[in-house]
Amino acid sequence: MIKVYLPTHLRTLAGIDGDVELEVMSPVTMTSVLNKLETVYPMLRGTIRDHVTLKRRSWLRFFACKQDISHDSPDEPLPDAIVSGDEPLMIVGAIAGG
Amino acid sequence: MSGVRVLVGTRKGAFILTSDEKREKWDVSGPHFAGWELYHLKGSPLNPDRIYASQSSGWFGQIIQRSDDGGKTWATPGSTPEDLVSPMGWPQGESNKFTYHGVPGTHQWYDGTQHPWEFKRVWHLEPSLFEPDTVYAGVEDAALFKSTDAGKTWDELSGLRQHDTGPKWQPGAGGMCLHTVLQDPTDKNKIHVAISAAGCFRTDDGGKSWKPTNHGLKSQFMPDPEAEVGHCVHRIALHPSKPNVLFMQKHWDIMRSDDYGDNWVEVSGNLPTDFGFPIDVHAHEPETIYVVPIKSDSEHFVPDGKLRVYRSKTGGNEWEALTNGLPQKDCYVNVLRSAMCVDSLDSCGVYFGTTGGQVYASADSGDNWSPIVRDLPAVLSVEVQTLQ
Repeated sequence: MIKVYLPTHLRTLAGIDGDVELEVMSPVTMTSVLNKLETVYPMLRGTIRDHVTLKRRSWLRFFACKQDISHDSPDEPLPDAIVSGDEPLMIVGAIAGG
Repeated sequence: MSGVRVLVGTRKGAFILTSDEKREKWDVSGPHFAGWELYHLKGSPLNPDRIYASQSSGWFGQIIQRSDDGGKTWATPGSTPEDLVSPMGWPQGESNKFTYHGVPGTHQWYDGTQHPWEFKRVWHLEPSLFEPDTVYAGVEDAALFKSTDAGKTWDELSGLRQHDTGPKWQPGAGGMCLHTVLQDPTDKNKIHVAISAAGCFRTDDGGKSWKPTNHGLKSQFMPDPEAEVGHCVHRIALHPSKPNVLFMQKHWDIMRSDDYGDNWVEVSGNLPTDFGFPIDVHAHEPETIYVVPIKSDSEHFVPDGKLRVYRSKTGGNEWEALTNGLPQKDCYVNVLRSAMCVDSLDSCGVYFGTTGGQVYASADSGDNWSPIVRDLPAVLSVEVQTLQ
C-alpha cells in the first residue's frame, strides 16, 4: 500500500483523517499514484495538478525519501521504499507565513 | 416565521449569520472552509436551501462548494457518495474545472503588452432566476461559465470572451475579473455582466452573443476616455420591477442607464467622492440606491475616518449620508464591490461588510446601523437570503 501524506487543507476537503493508503498497480509513478488518489477522492481533482495539462500546481511540492522529486518526470518509477509503503509520498504546500 | 440568512465570504473562510425578521439578535455560524478565501456565496432564489460558494487558495486553486440544507453541510458537486456510485461514471470531481473554449488568446496586460488568458478563480456565482439547477460563474481572467447540473460541470459562454474587443480588456488592481452577473427577471435571455477593466456587456440571446454597453462612460486612465471598452466598472445593480434601469459604481463616477445599459449618464451629484466599489437598490423603492464613497483609488479607505453609507431616493444626484450607528472617527476600512446587499422584508434591510472584518446591518433602509459581527477576517462578499 502506498502511503500519501496530504496538506491539512486537502485532507479536510477530502474528509480524510491522517495519511491516505492507496493500492496502486505497478509501475508505481507519481502519475499513477495521483490518478488513483483522484479516483478515490474526486474532490481533489484540480487541487494538486491541473485538470487538463496534469501539471503540478506551482505552490505544491512532492517529496519522497527525503528528496524533492517535484521536478522529476511524473512517469519515473517512485523509490522502492515508497512502493513498499515504508516511506510516505509527501505532497506539501509551499511554506506560508510572514 | 420570516427571517434572513446573511452569507459572508472572507479572506479566511465563510460565515453564516441568521436572524428573525426583527434582525436584532444574530446567530453566527463559521468559519466554514477555514483558512480559504471565499470570494462569494449566494443562495438560489428558487430553492433557499441551496447555496453555492466559491472557495480558493493560491496553493490548491479553485473549489466550488454547494449546500442543499441552508449551509449546514457542504460538498463539492459531483463528489458526494451518491455521485460516486452513479452508473453514469465520469465526470466526477469536475466542479472546479473551468476550461476556456478553444485557444484562449490574449488580453492587454498592465504595461500595455498582450498577455495570455489564464483562469485564476471564480469571483461571482449567480444562481438562475429561472432554472433550479442552473448557475453562472464569473471568473478571473474574465469569462462567464454556466452550469446546468447544479455546479457539477461548467461550460464557457465563450461568445463573451471571444468578443472582438477582448484583446483590449485589461486587469485592474484586483485582476481581470468578471465580478457581476445580473439577470433580467422578465427575460431569461437577457443578462448583464461587468468586468474590471473592460466594462459592461449584455446578451439578449442567453449568452451566445454579447455587446459592450458602455456608451456614456468616461475613464481618464485610458488614451480615449470614451472608448467602447476598457472601463473599470466596479459594480452594477438593478431593481426587479424596472429591469431597464441600471445603476453603476464605476472606478470613479456613479452612473445610471434607463435603457438596459445602452446609454449611461452620471448621477454622482453631491457625493463627497464618487470613487467606491458597491452599489445596490432598495428592495421596494426602485429609485432608492446605496453606495459607500471611498476617498480615492490610491488610498482605498473611507474619507475623514468616517464610515458613511450614502443613499439617494431620487435615483442618483441627490445623496444623504447615513451615519447612525457607524463609526465617525478613526475608521479606515474599505467596502469591497460584492460586500453590500439588501433583503426584501417589509422594512428593507441593508447589509455591508468591511475590510476590517465588521458586518453592519440596518433593518430600516439604512437609517440606523449596528454591527452583527466586528472581528471577522477581511470581508470579500455579503449576500442575504430573505426566508419566509
